[in-house]
Order: sequence, then structure tokens, then C-alpha cells
Amino acid sequence: MSTDAALPLRRPAPRGRLGAGLRALAGRAAPVLTVVLVLVAAWYAAAVAMNADGQRQAFERAGTADAGWRAFVAGTWAQGHPRLPAPHQVAAEIAHSVLDVSPTSKRSLAFHAAVTLQATALGFLLGAAVGFALSLLVVHVPSLDRGLMPWIVASQAVPIVALAPMIVVILAQVSVTGLLPKAAIAAYLSFFPVAVGMAKGLRSPEPSHVDLLRTYSASRWQALRVLRLPASLPFLFASLKVGVAASLVGTVVAEVTKSEDGGLGARLLAGSYYGQTVQIWAALVVASACGAALVGLVAAVEAAVLRRMGAGR
Amino acid sequence: MSAAAVPHPAGAPASPFAVEARDLSLVFDTGDGPVHALSHVDLAIRPGEFVSLIGPSGCGKTTLLRVIADLESATSGSIAVKGMGPREARLKRSYGYVFQAPALYPWRSVARNVALPLEIMGFPKEERRRRVAAGLDLVDLGGFGGKFPWQLSGGMQQRASIARALSFDPDLLLMDEPFGALDEIVRDKLNAQLLRLWHRTGKTVVFVTHSIPEAVFLSTRIVVMSPRPGRIHDVVECGFPPDRTLDIRETPAFLGVAHRVREGLRAGHAYVD
Ligand SMILES: Nc1ncnc2c1ncn2[C@@H]1O[C@H](COP(=O)(O)OP(=O)(O)OP(=O)(O)O)[C@@H](O)[C@H]1O
Ligand SMILES: [Mg+2]
Repeated sequence: MSTDAALPLRRPAPRGRLGAGLRALAGRAAPVLTVVLVLVAAWYAAAVAMNADGQRQAFERAGTADAGWRAFVAGTWAQGHPRLPAPHQVAAEIAHSVLDVSPTSKRSLAFHAAVTLQATALGFLLGAAVGFALSLLVVHVPSLDRGLMPWIVASQAVPIVALAPMIVVILAQVSVTGLLPKAAIAAYLSFFPVAVGMAKGLRSPEPSHVDLLRTYSASRWQALRVLRLPASLPFLFASLKVGVAASLVGTVVAEVTKSEDGGLGARLLAGSYYGQTVQIWAALVVASACGAALVGLVAAVEAAVLRRMGAGR
Repeated sequence: MSAAAVPHPAGAPASPFAVEARDLSLVFDTGDGPVHALSHVDLAIRPGEFVSLIGPSGCGKTTLLRVIADLESATSGSIAVKGMGPREARLKRSYGYVFQAPALYPWRSVARNVALPLEIMGFPKEERRRRVAAGLDLVDLGGFGGKFPWQLSGGMQQRASIARALSFDPDLLLMDEPFGALDEIVRDKLNAQLLRLWHRTGKTVVFVTHSIPEAVFLSTRIVVMSPRPGRIHDVVECGFPPDRTLDIRETPAFLGVAHRVREGLRAGHAYVD
């Protein structure tokens, strides 16, 4: 920044801005990359430790127990059914099951990711809408605040793993099948952070800002539109980020329960059924990547909205 | 205070006063006991008057203004605003209120902050634009309509909040230390502008200030208050010609009135100690 200010004329503005942007990006990426490197290194080390027993047995069976430590370590990173697959094995499995297989095949990880993302998105939208509606009710009807809030909180005390099969069965009874039962479970997890966060956000305006509207004798609806909603946006986006991640968890749990439609959860189940650890980890990594992407998407919308509202400096 | 408690039965002639407080008391119930913010306040303000409230911090100036605005309810006594109960007056948008802090919405540009009351009261778009531009010019913020509040100094924010209160042209203005955050020169300028606006439009102004010269320069009457419990200690008339300029602040008559206000403030303080 300071060099830009000192040489305003010599450097053309667009390139200067691009340069500054790249530098800012590098500045932000460096700590992230460091953490990733440390994690990957730890993962490789853990793979050696976890797979050592198996490797020893394999070498004994093959009669090559005296092969050097290099061969031993390399062996732990290349087993067919390792306890903990090495990162490159997982990466290879992802690349194979995304690139080498038709995206419509049940063996494609991209296909399963798409199935999961569909239910996640639907569940998230449902959950966010329900949470939003509940927050409006709770904030505007004082008796509901006392009557409803304890139930909203209690709903999350029930373990979702226990609840998911019941929801699937009950919805199947009323012949709701396919995407909806999974989305319902995702919504069940995501409405809560949105309801609680929005209720807090809608109550966040300063007293003087509320008094101002009273002096104009503004209606409740007007107060909601010009004050409570804009003031709640930072709270809304924070809870949407939590909610979208919770939706993904809900969907994956639902897919473990209801695996016939596929999805990353079904992949996890199949992998553990057949002892395919590499496949399990590949599904896990893709699920995390989906979660990160969804949260990133919400963050991008947030940045755009807040910039329009003058928060950018 | 509900409308029913105000002694104006239907059909009776409305109060001739813009603001009429009778034996008004207000007690806040706080965690550590009751706070007597206002005690037996009697004050009648005729339409077109410019009344300043002056007194030490905590004597109840803001509270009195908030009771007039129906943002606070009196514990006993009665209050009428333009012949109505305070609630009815508020619902009829009878006054513009300038708060002690600017209270601008941070996500709205300055122009859209000034337009806020106009939006809520349903002014048409073209009219809104015209009034916002005129209002911003009046407080010397012509070029700042597109800025956001955080890009303005505290004094500029306060001026924007004054433009906001004036935008819908209420004939009663309740102003709580509107010029407290301004430097002396800008303050002089806005004092002169406010005086001209008041003289030109005949608005009724209730004005809170800590500055004696400001009160004496602007007011037709100065209400000197004293704290704990907040009451009216003295009421000082200042009969300066309505087309006065800042120069009168050097005249003996002006200094005489200022002296009386100062004595009143001093006595009010001594009463407590
Ligand atoms: N909402 C409230 N709850 C409890 N006490 C309050 C409340 N509002 C004001 N008070 C008390 O009432 C008294 C009068 O307050 P007020 O704000 O009217 O003073 P003021 O004259 O405007 O002071 P200043 O010049 O500092 O603005 C103070 O003692 C204050 O602590
Ligand atoms: Mg005050």
C-alpha cells in the first residue's frame, strides 16, 4: 500500500491494483498453505504408524522381512486395504472415480457428490426458510418467544443419527420418498442456527435506532424492512454458514440410513461394508471439500451484500 | 402515559399550547432504587416559541424531551403536545426529533438516511430527492449524500441527523444538544441558520444545550433545570429581536441575560451540595 502511495504516477493504476491484489492473495494463502503442508506431513506419518503392523505381516508372508526401512515406509503408503490410506492414494482414488468414470455412473464420485449436494441445497433452503420464519415469530410475538424457544432448543438435543431413520420411515409411510426425506433431515439440522442467529440479529438494533422509527410512527413491517432486517444481516450470514455445513452433515447421515439413492453417505457405507478404506477416505475428503465450497459460497454472497451496504473500506 | 390520562375530553377546546406539561413527574425504577428524573415540572410552550432547556448533566433534559416525544411515559402529571396526548401526537408525526447522538443507520448512505422519514411517511420519490438535496445543502453536506456515515466526522454526522429531522418539515422540533459535537465556528454558523429557519418558518423549537451563549442567542425563553430530582429552577425570558445576528452576543443586554442564566445554574448546583 505504502509503495503505491509513494509512486502514484510511475505505476499504471490497473497493474498496481492487480499487483496489490496478488500480494494480498499471497499474504492470505501463505498461512493456509503452511497448515495444509503440516497436515499432509502428519497424515503421511500417521499412515506409516497405522499401517506398520499390516506391512510387517505382508513382508513376513512374502519372505522379504529384511527389506530396508525405505521399502517398508513405501509399503505402508501403497497397501490395497490400509487402515489409513496415504494422501496420494486418496487423491488417486478421487481422480480415478471422478475423471475415469462417466459422471452418470454409480461408480463416479462426482455423481454421488451431486446427489448429496442436491439434497443439501434443498434441505438448506427449507431449513433456512423455516428458521427465518421462526425467528420472525419469536421476535414479534412475545408469548411465542417463551413458548417456542425451549422446543427449538430441545429439537437439537435429540441425536440426529437416532432421528434420521425414524424420519425416513415416517415419511415413507406417507409416501414421501426420494430427495425429500434426506432434505428434511438436512433441514432439521440447519433451521436451528438460522432461527437462533436471526432472532438475535433481529433484536440487535440499538435503542436509539428503534426510538428514531418510533418518532416517525413507523409500522412494525416498516421497522422490519428498514431496520431489523438490515441490522440482522451479519447474524444471518454467520448462521447461514453454520446452517449450510449442518445441512451437509444431515444429508450424509440420511444417505447412510437410506443408501439406495447413492450419495457420499452411501459411498461411506459401501466402503466400510467392503473394507475399502481408500474409498471411504475419498468420499470423506470430497464431502469436506463440498462443505468448504458451500460455506465459501455463502461467504461470497455475504461479501457482495455487505459491500453494497457500505461495509467495505 | 396514555391518551386517556390527558385532560382533553372530546369536544373541549384544544390546548392553545404547542407543549403543555402540568405537574409532570417521572421516576425510573432501577436496580438500585428509584431515580427521580423529573419532579413536578410545569411548562407551557406557545406555538412559535424557541425554548431552551439548560442544566447540569443528569438533570432530566433528555428525559423531558423524551416524555414530550412519547418515548418515555410520565409517572404522574399530564402532558399535551399540540392539544393531543403525546401518543396521539407521535402517531400523527407532530414533531421532528434530533437525538443527542446522530443515530444514522450505518448501512444507508447519508442521502438515504436523510430520506428515511420521507420513505416511511410515503413521500413520492421525486419529492424525496428534492427534499434530501435541499436538506443536505442546508447543513452544508451538499457533496456528501453518497457517502456512508462512517466516512463522515462526528459533527458532519450530527448535521446529517439535523437534515433528517427537518426533511419532513415538522412544525415542532425537539433537539437534544444538536450542536454539542461541533466546533465553535460551525456551531456559530448553524446557530445563525437555525435562528433564521425558526424566524422564517415559525416552528416551535424545544432545544437542549449546555452552552449559555447558545441558549441566550437562540431562545425566546430559557428553562434552567436543576438535578436530583430534576426540576425547573428558573425561567428566563430573552426578548431579543427575531432578526438578531451573532453580534448581539457582545451587547450588555445579552450579557445580562447570560449572567442571570449562569446564576440560576449555580444556585441549582448549590441546592444539591
Ligand atoms: N432509561 C433510564 N433508566 C434509568 N434511569 C434513567 C434512564 N434514563 C435516564 N435515567 C436517569 O435519569 C436522570 C436524567 O437523565 P437525562 O438523560 O434526562 O439527563 P440529561 O439532563 O439529558 O443529561 P445530559 O446533559 O448528560 O445529557 C439521570 O440521573 C439518569 O441516570
Ligand atoms: Mg441528555
